[in-house]
Amino acid sequence: MSVAIQLRSISKKFGNFAANSNISLEVKEGTIHALVGENGAGKSTLTKIIYGIHQPTSGEMIISGKALRFTSPRDAINAGIGMVHQHFMLVPELSVTENIILGNEQSGLFQRIPLKKSKEQILKNAQAYGLAVDPDALVGNLSIGEQQRVEILRLLFRHAAIMIFDEPTAVLTPAETESFFATLRSLRDTGKTIILITHKLDEVLAAADMVSVMRRGEIVGTLPASSATKAELARMMVGRTLLLRVTNPEPTPGQTILSIKKLGFRTRKGAQKLHDLTLKIRAGEIYGIAGVEGNGQSELLQILWGLVPEGCIISGEALLQGEQLIGKKPAEIALMGVSHIPENRLRHAVITNYTVSENLIFGRHREPSFHRGIGFNNHELERNAAEMTTIYDIRCGSPSRQPLSTLSGGNQQKVVLARELKRPAISLLLLAQPTRGVDIGAIETIHKKILETRSTGVAILLLSSELDEITALSTRIGCLYKGSIRHEFSQKEVELKRESEYEFHKEIGLYIT
Amino acid sequence: MSRKSLTLLIPILAILTAFVVSSLLIFMAGRDPVMIFQKMFHATLGSPYGTGQVLFKMTTLVFVALAVALPFQVRLFNIGAEGQLQMGAFAAAMTGAMLPAFVPPLAAITLCIISAMVTSACWALVAGVLKVRFGVNEVIATIMLNFIAQGITGYLLTWHFAIPSTDHTPPITAAATIPTFDTVTGWFANSPANLSTLLALTLALLFQILLFHSRYGYEMRAAGMQPDAARYGGINAGMHTLTAMGIGGAAAGLGAANLVLGYKHYYEAGISGGIGFTGIAVALLAGAHPLWILLSALFFGVLEYGGLTVNAYIPKDIFMIIEALTILLVITFSALGRRWLHEKN
Repeated sequence: MSVAIQLRSISKKFGNFAANSNISLEVKEGTIHALVGENGAGKSTLTKIIYGIHQPTSGEMIISGKALRFTSPRDAINAGIGMVHQHFMLVPELSVTENIILGNEQSGLFQRIPLKKSKEQILKNAQAYGLAVDPDALVGNLSIGEQQRVEILRLLFRHAAIMIFDEPTAVLTPAETESFFATLRSLRDTGKTIILITHKLDEVLAAADMVSVMRRGEIVGTLPASSATKAELARMMVGRTLLLRVTNPEPTPGQTILSIKKLGFRTRKGAQKLHDLTLKIRAGEIYGIAGVEGNGQSELLQILWGLVPEGCIISGEALLQGEQLIGKKPAEIALMGVSHIPENRLRHAVITNYTVSENLIFGRHREPSFHRGIGFNNHELERNAAEMTTIYDIRCGSPSRQPLSTLSGGNQQKVVLARELKRPAISLLLLAQPTRGVDIGAIETIHKKILETRSTGVAILLLSSELDEITALSTRIGCLYKGSIRHEFSQKEVELKRESEYEFHKEIGLYIT
Repeated sequence: MSRKSLTLLIPILAILTAFVVSSLLIFMAGRDPVMIFQKMFHATLGSPYGTGQVLFKMTTLVFVALAVALPFQVRLFNIGAEGQLQMGAFAAAMTGAMLPAFVPPLAAITLCIISAMVTSACWALVAGVLKVRFGVNEVIATIMLNFIAQGITGYLLTWHFAIPSTDHTPPITAAATIPTFDTVTGWFANSPANLSTLLALTLALLFQILLFHSRYGYEMRAAGMQPDAARYGGINAGMHTLTAMGIGGAAAGLGAANLVLGYKHYYEAGISGGIGFTGIAVALLAGAHPLWILLSALFFGVLEYGGLTVNAYIPKDIFMIIEALTILLVITFSALGRRWLHEKN
C-alpha cells in the first residue's frame, strides 16, 4: 500500500503559541485514519495545514509521493484533497446539482453551465456509493444527513482522492451515523483515503483503520484501531487515567417536584412540536430524555423556562410542586427555585464580554446578597467567585478581571454549572447537553457534580444527544419521539440495563427513531 | 508598548496629523497656517471669553452625546438627538414664556427644564416603542422623527407663536433664565457659558455610574451585547430599550435647556443648528463612554467655535473641510489603534 499523505516534522506557530509542533505522520492510501484529541490539541490546525488554509512554519508535506506546498485550499483541491467541514459550506438557495458543481462548473464565464452532463455524473457517483439524494432538490429543504451526502458528492465530483471529515457525526442521528459509516467504508474500498477528526472514541473504534492521538500540538501515538481500547485512547488524549463512566450511586427519590401533564406545543405555522407529553420528576432523581434533536426538546425547555415564542399555542400543564409554570417569566421561574443550563451556553447562558465573576452571578444578580447600594457588592462577588472557582475547579487567572470568552469550553461550562447548581433553594434543574463541546477530562468532573446535586434532593431533567451520558446519569429514561414520550424505562430497568451498555443503546435507539 | 500608553498616543498622533494636513490646506488657500492657528488659540482657550464660548458649545455637545451614548450601549443607534433637541427647546421656550412673572427662579427653571426633558424623552420613546412593539429599525425611525420634529416646531413657530416679522418666540420669563458664570462668579466675561455646564459634568458622571456601577447598567449592557442571553437570564430586554431611549432623550432635553434657558432665552428657527448630529460623532469618538464624552465634546467644542473665530482670515469652506477632515482622521486613527491592539493580543 502506498502512502497518500506524509508529514515530516510539521510545526505551526501562532505568535509564541505552538499549535502544532514537530508532527510526523503517515496516512496510507485506501485507509480510514482517525485523528482524536481534546479541544485545542491541534487537530483542526493540522487539517487546515493539509487543506492549504494554514501554511506550516516549518516541515514538509508529501502528497502521493510529491513534495508540495499549498498557498490556498485551491492548491489542495488541485492536488486531489477535499474537506467536509463541521458546518457545511452549502448554499441553501441553490439546488443539489448547482451546489455540487459550484466552483467547478467546467464552462467559461459567459457560457452555459453543463447542468445535464453534471447531473448524470452526480447520479452515477450517488449510485456507486449509495448516496441517495435528489439532484434537483433545493439544499435548504434537505435534512442534515442529506446535506452531508451532498458534501461528499461534491468531493467525488471533484475527483478528490483524499477526503477530510471534521466532526462529521456531531449533527447526525444514530441511523444517519450508521449509514454515514457505511459510506465511508465503501469510499475506502474504492481506494479513497479518509481522515476522520472526531472526539467520539466509540466511533473511532468502530470505523477507523488507524488512530492518531494528539495532545498539546503533538502526536502522542499512532496505532491500529483494532488493537486500541477506549480507555487507552482516553488516557493518551488527557495524559492521565480517566474514569470513563462515573459510578452512579443508588438514588433515593422523594416526592414529585415537576409534574407535566398532556403538554402540547403548536407553532404559529401550525406544526405540532409536542403533544400529550406526560412525565413526572421526583426529588433526588435524574429523568433523562433520550431523543434525536428536533423531536421537541427545545420546545419543552422553552415552556418550562417561560420563553415560548410569540404566537405559539401551549396546552396542558406543567406544575412545579403544585404551582403552574406555564405563562410565567424566566425571572419568576428562577425565583421558584428552578435553574436552567441551556444547550447553547455561549449564546444563552453567559455574557462573553463580562468577567468570570460577573458571569458567576448572571441570572442570579437579583439576589439581595450580591447587592450593595444601587450596584453590586464587589467583595461578595469576589468571595463568590473564589468559592466557585475552587469547588468547581474553574481554571482562570483572575476571575474579577478576565472576560469569560478567554476561558476554554469546559471551564465556561463549569462557570454556568457552578452558578446554577448553587442557586439558593434550588428544587429543579433543567439540564441540556451538559457536556457538549467539553473536553473528555472535564466531562468526568461535570458528571460527578451533577450526581452530587441529585443526591442532595434536586430533581433534574436531563436532555442530551449523547446516549452514553443519558444512560450513565439517569435514574429513569424517557424516549422522546415526535413530541411525546414513546417509552419510559423505570428505575429498575435502567439500573439493570446500564450494565450492558451496547444493547441498552440499541434498545433506546428503537424507541427514538 | 503597553495598552495604556497606546490609547493615549493614538489621539495625540491623530490630532498632530490633523494639524499637518490642515496647515497644508491653509497654505494652499494662500494663508499662513501659523498665524491662523495662533488666532484660533487666542480666540478660544486663550481668552476667558473664548473659553466660555467653547464651554457653552461643549455643554450642549455633552448632553446630546449622552443621548446617543446610552442607547448605543444597548446597541441602539439614536440618530434622533437633533429632533429631540428641537422638541425640547421648543417646549422649554413655550413653558418659560407662559409662566407668570411671580414664579420664583428656582421653580421656573425647574419647570422649564422638566418640560424640556419630558418632551425630548417622549420624542425619543416614540422610536423606542416602534422598535419594541413593531420591530421598526430605530435608525429609520429616529431619522423620520427628526423631519417630523422639524416640521412641528417650524409650523408652530411660523403660524402660531412667533413674534410677528421675526423668526423667534416671545422671550421666557426672566426668572427662568439659567444664570451665566459671568453673572454668578464673573468668570468667562460676556460669554454664554452658564451653570448648565455643571449639570453636564454631573450628568456624565451619573451616566458613568449608571452604566458601569449599577445593577441597571449590568442588565442593560448585557441586553445590548447578547439579547438572547439576557432573556434567558430573566432580563426584560424590551424594557431596557425603552428606558435607554427615554433617559437618552431626557439628556437631549437638558441640552435644549442649555440653549434656550442659558443663552437665547427664546426659541428660534435653526436654534439647534445640527449640533444633535455632531453629538453622534462626539459619542462614537468616545466609544459611548460617558467620561470620555467630556473630553471628546471639549475637542469638538474647540473645533466648532474655533472655526467661527477665524472666519475673517480664511474662507469658511476651507475650515469646514478642515473640521470634517480632523474628525475623520481622529476616528480612523482610533480604529487603526484598536485593530493594532487586537492583532497584538
